Order: sequence, then structure tokens, then C-alpha cells
Amino acid sequence: MSRDSALVAGKPEVPPIVQGEVISGADALLRCLLLEEVEFIFGYPGGAVLPIYDSIYGSHLQHVLTRHEQGAIHAADGYARATGKPGVVIATSGPGATNLVTGIATAQMDSIPMVVITGNVSQDMIGTDAFQEADITGITLPITKHNFFVRSAEELPRVMKEAFYIATTGRPGPVLVDIPKDVNIALSPFYYPETVSLRGYNPTVRPNKMQVERLIKAISEAEKPVIIAGGGVIASGAEKELLEFAEKTQIPVVCTFMGLGGFPGTHPLAVGWPGMHGNYASNQALMQCDLLIGIGNRFDDRITMGRTKEFAPNAKIVHIDIDPAEIGKNVDTFIPIVGDVKLSLEAALPKAQPAKSKEWIEQIDAWQEEYPFAYQQNGKLKPQAVIEMFYETTNGDAIVTTDVGQHQMWVTQYYKFNQPRSLISSGGLGTMGFGLPAAMGAQLAFPDRTVISVNGDGGFQMNSQELAILSGMNIPVKVVIINNKSLGMVRQWQELFYENRLSEIDLTHSPDFVKLAEAYGVKGLRAETDEEAQQVWAEALAHDGPVVVEFVIDKNENVYPMVASGSTLDEMVMGDEK
Amino acid sequence: MQKHTISVLVNDQPGVLARVANLFGRRGFNIDSISVGNSEEKGLSRMIIVTEGDEKTLEQVTKQLHKLIDVIKVHQLSDAPMVSREIVLMKVDAAPAVRSEITGVIEPFRATIVDVGPSSVIVQSTGDSEKIEALIELLRPYGIRELSRTGVTAMSRGMVPALKLQA
Ligand SMILES: Cc1ncc(C[n+]2csc(CCOP(=O)(O)OP(=O)(O)O)c2C)c(N)n1
Repeated sequence: MSRDSALVAGKPEVPPIVQGEVISGADALLRCLLLEEVEFIFGYPGGAVLPIYDSIYGSHLQHVLTRHEQGAIHAADGYARATGKPGVVIATSGPGATNLVTGIATAQMDSIPMVVITGNVSQDMIGTDAFQEADITGITLPITKHNFFVRSAEELPRVMKEAFYIATTGRPGPVLVDIPKDVNIALSPFYYPETVSLRGYNPTVRPNKMQVERLIKAISEAEKPVIIAGGGVIASGAEKELLEFAEKTQIPVVCTFMGLGGFPGTHPLAVGWPGMHGNYASNQALMQCDLLIGIGNRFDDRITMGRTKEFAPNAKIVHIDIDPAEIGKNVDTFIPIVGDVKLSLEAALPKAQPAKSKEWIEQIDAWQEEYPFAYQQNGKLKPQAVIEMFYETTNGDAIVTTDVGQHQMWVTQYYKFNQPRSLISSGGLGTMGFGLPAAMGAQLAFPDRTVISVNGDGGFQMNSQELAILSGMNIPVKVVIINNKSLGMVRQWQELFYENRLSEIDLTHSPDFVKLAEAYGVKGLRAETDEEAQQVWAEALAHDGPVVVEFVIDKNENVYPMVASGSTLDEMVMGDEK
Repeated sequence: MQKHTISVLVNDQPGVLARVANLFGRRGFNIDSISVGNSEEKGLSRMIIVTEGDEKTLEQVTKQLHKLIDVIKVHQLSDAPMVSREIVLMKVDAAPAVRSEITGVIEPFRATIVDVGPSSVIVQSTGDSEKIEALIELLRPYGIRELSRTGVTAMSRGMVPALKLQA
């Protein structure tokens, strides 16, 4: 029987800690979650976690029973990306735990705070290939920030405290806690530690003063400075500081894909986003700058194109990051600054002076004018126009999640992100099936905001079963399917790099998405022309509840501009937009 | 490629060796040898890892090791004067006729014969890796049936503050 209700007595926010009370491991686990102010847990039960689910019964915690563990973990991830608070997931041993793997790797690549709780078989069965046994700590070793195998009910509270601490501090990331069944059943006095002390874990958050001085000096000498702002800006909540820093120093800002929204996309100093499908001005700015200030980014190969020696060839590179291992990992750094992005910018702000960047900014503006993201109308429904419509009808205030593929690129090209945490997308791993459950998590966190989940017809079908949750809990996500009846991004590559040999990309045989939505009790709409698009979208926005809107587009639509892999950023294919 | 000897102080917990080994494998860092044992402090183990790579690789190895929660300290020993040792055991073909010759060969190395069989002997030697390699090369012509090396353990010399001991 759950005991958290006895504890909280009508005040779920602040349960008093009754130190030393003897309770089961499962009850202790839930008490830890309450003490960590967890709002939602996303999960799926099974034999090994039955004691936990028994404790959840009648508990104050809100549990969301998704239809697949992958749905649960992406939902927790979406919740974490939207709020900045750790997402929490529970799954059973064996297949339940292994179904989480893709979601854990997704969170790890994008540095998303998450606490993943898995059950395991009893310790006397561990290592015997028992029914539903999997070595999930072994399996997730390379894709977690850290993981724990809990050996006793006594140590469970300390482990949970450490798990939340590790997940949310330094460079955030997923932490897995594997709890064997006997630990959940065992009784032990409950003590929740107030502090965490881990000898091997002391992230450096304050930047080195001398290095900050060097940055200030470098800015004063620069004529073509550029900031490249990554996901670290959002993770550390440094968007205000970045805005002030950019304005004070008059340095244009390129946001990485993960950094979109960390700097307002409509600001005069905003250049765009760089890389394979980024805009011309951003890529030129990176290649021609003489000072490149990386802030909470990681010089990923979608930006350097793997040709790190030819990347930003004339620039002194400054790199600010909380993770020292990122500095110098991909590109050589002239000034390394290890520290929290927000604290580093705060340290630099008082001394920051305007750079001599006037002509440089004019040059960038000229590139923007000459080569904007653009597309040609051809009488058909254009995905780019659909995304522009989303932007206009929401004033850019929505939370937009994407899946992975061409639609993901169109979203980031044609929707201007002005606020942090308004784009939720799997950047590092590129996980299809992410978009819909992530939107669910984001909307649970922000029931009053418009949440749009943009998907391809491929990725949507990877976790479409979660429509049941949208329907059952009346979570009003606007689920969009950009239907090109194919695995569009793969088709584009086959067309461009494999002599148009279109191998295994045809999705014509898919369900009728409107009927599928309706089968789940979700409103379903379809548009095939501009006119219909306007009409059904207005209807979708006005609808008070979840809705699936299918936009049928030309299956030959491609994403441009493009830098082919193996090329450098200044070798862009401009495509058909001009 | 340069060889580097790294001393890593870690929590003495199940799975820590797997974490370290996994990190090397996953990041494409090569391990020449790894040896693990107790350290001067209860609850902590020391790993001595010999790895190969340029300065950049070494820097990444060190930084990535630091990221592991169970890693307390990382120290590059080969930066400064150090003592490094490993033990080798070799079962060498040794008919009675050549035994004294083998004894003569190993003597300058201060290696010893620690077991004698009807047609073979076991030679034991301690020293830095170069010395051990030299000895192996000298004994190879006699026929080495079995060979087992411990991997390197090492320590910085004298006053170089390797790791401040914490009470
Ligand atoms: C889980 C997973 N499997 C495979 C891929 C490889 N992949 C990247 S984009 C893509 C096509 C996506 O097609 P669709 O969802 O229809 O979106 P579109 O590109 O058409 O917008 C595929 C298969 C992936 N990113 N994730």
C-alpha cells in the first residue's frame, strides 16, 4: 500500500520527511520522486516493477500509461525539454527496459536531464538468464551520463538523490537506476539525504577570469566576429545573457539546430542556423569569420561537415562549455572557457565592448537578402508554406515538436523560434518516432499553450499508438502529418547521391490517417490544396482537444539549400528556390 | 604514435572496470595494457592504463575519463620521471642440455627460473616493458610455449605530487 498519501496530507508539493520510518523500497522510491517534486511519471508496468506499481496505486504522483515504453521515454524527454526539469520514466525489466534504449540515447545525445527507473529480476536470479532478465546497466553504459544498480532498499534513497543530482547538474543527461525486485519489496528505514557528495563529480561552473579577459581582448581585435550558440544556452537558461552580450558587442549570432530559440530568430543580429540544410548567410559567416565564439555548442559534423581543418579557416575559435571534454574535441580552440554558459556570459558582460563589426554585419545582411530560405510555388500544396502558416497563425508562440526527416528541416527553416524551449526535436540522434510522444510530454507540462507536433508519414507511424493517450487524457496536441507518401529524406539522398535508385522508401500503403485518428477518438482532418490547408488548420486550432491534420504534399519535394556530405559549408547546393 | 601511461583513481565498485574499458572502446582509444588493484585508500582502486596516441588523443582520453562519475583522479604519469614495472612469466623449451645456457642468458636481466619441468622451465622477470621485450626476444629462439604478462603498473618518482593523499 502506498504511503506517500499519509506523508503529504493534502500538500503534495512539500511532503515532510519522516526520517527513519520503515517502509518498502517501492514506497521509498515514490517518496523520493515526491521529494524531487516530480509531477509526472511516464511508464509501463510489468512483473519486476509490480511492487512499484502497487505503491503508485492511490499515490499523489500522476502516472501516464503510454502504449509503448518508447512512447513513455520520448514523452518524458519532451516534458524535460519543454520545462528544463528532469523527465521521469519507469519500465519493467528485460523487454521493458530494452524498449527504452533509443529514448535514452536520444536524451544523451542532446544532453536532456532524465531519470530512468527500470526494474530487474531479484538479485538471487541476476546472472542466471532468468525470465525477463536483461543487463540494462551494461546495455546503457555508453548511452547514459551515469547508471546505478541498486543493491539494497537502504541505499535506494541515496541513489535516487544522486541520480537526480547527476541528471540535472553540469552537462545534463539521462541517469538510469536499475532496481531489482527484492529491493522494492525489502523494508528499510527511510532517510533522504539533503546533500550529495560525489568525490569524482565536481563540474566546473565558474569560468576562469583570465580566459574571459582573453575573450574580451579578442572581441576588441575582431572585424568579423560570429557567435555560434548551441543547446547549452537553453540548458543553462542563458538566453537573456546571450541577448545582452550580442547586443552589447554587436556580434551576429548563428544558432545551431539545438540552439534555436536560445536567441530570438527575428532579431536583427540573428543570422540563422548553419550546416547541411542551414541558410547561406550562416554558413558563409562561419567560413569567413575571424573570431568564432562557440557558446554551449559542440561543433557537430552536421556543421563542420567532418572537415574540421577547413572549418572556419580564418577564425580564432573561442569555446565556452560546461563539459571540458567538448573543448578541443572536434576543432582546435584558441581560447577555452570551461564553465556554465550563463555564468560565463555574466562574467564577460561587464567588460564587453562593441566589436568593429559594422561592415561585417552589412555583409551578412546582404547575404540574407540575396539568399533567403525560399521556395517556388507550383500550384501544389507546399510544405514550406504550411510551416509558414503555423508560424503566422500562432505568432510564433507555439511549442513545436518535430520528428525526423525533411519536415524537420522545413520546420526549422520556415518557423522563426524566438523563445527558448519552443522547438523540441531530436538533434543529435535524429530519432524517428520522437515527435508525437515528445509533444505529449510538452503539452502535459503546458496545458494552455499551443503544441504542434510536425511529423512525416514515416516517423508518425513509429509511435502513432500514443494517439490513445492524447485521446484518453484529452491532451490537445495538434498532430501534423506532412504526407509525401515516402521516406522523404531518404528519397532525397537516393535521388541526389544514388542515381535516383529509389530503394525501399515507398509508403503509399499506409493507413488512412484521418480514419486512424478517428479510431483512437481523435479528430482527423486532411488538406490537399492551399485553400483546404488554411481551412482545416483554422479548424484544428479552434478545436479544443487533440487533432490529427494531414497535409498531402508532392512526393518529389526536396529540402534546399543543401551542403552535400563531404563538401565544406561554402559549397552549397541552392536547389530550385531561385 | 607515442605511448602514454595514465594512472586513474576510481571507486572500488562493481562495474567500474567495465565503464573505463567501455569508454576506451566506444571512443576508439587503444588500450595497450590495463592493470587494476587496490590503492593507498580503502574503497578506491588504481588503474594503470598504457595507451597509444598523439597529444590530442591523450587529452580526450583524460577528459573523457574525468567525465565518469566513478573516476576520482586522472594523472598522466609519463609526463614526468616515473617507475614502471610489469611481470612476465614464460614457459621456455629447455632440454637439460640448454638449461645452463638459458640461465646464462637471463642472468643479466636478473630474471629467475621459478619452475623446472622435464623439458621446460618457467622464467619470471620484472622490469619496464622494454626490458621485458628484450628478454622475450632473447628467449624466443629456444621456443616459448606460453607467455603471460601482467600489464604495467607505475608510479611517479620522488616528490612529483602524483595524487594528494586524502585522509
Ligand atoms: C528510428 C530511425 N530509423 C531510421 C532513420 C533514418 N531516416 C532519417 S529520415 C528518414 C525518412 C523519414 O521519413 P518521414 O518520416 O516520412 O519524413 P519525411 O522525410 O518524409 O519528412 C529515415 C528513414 C531515422 N532517422 N530514425
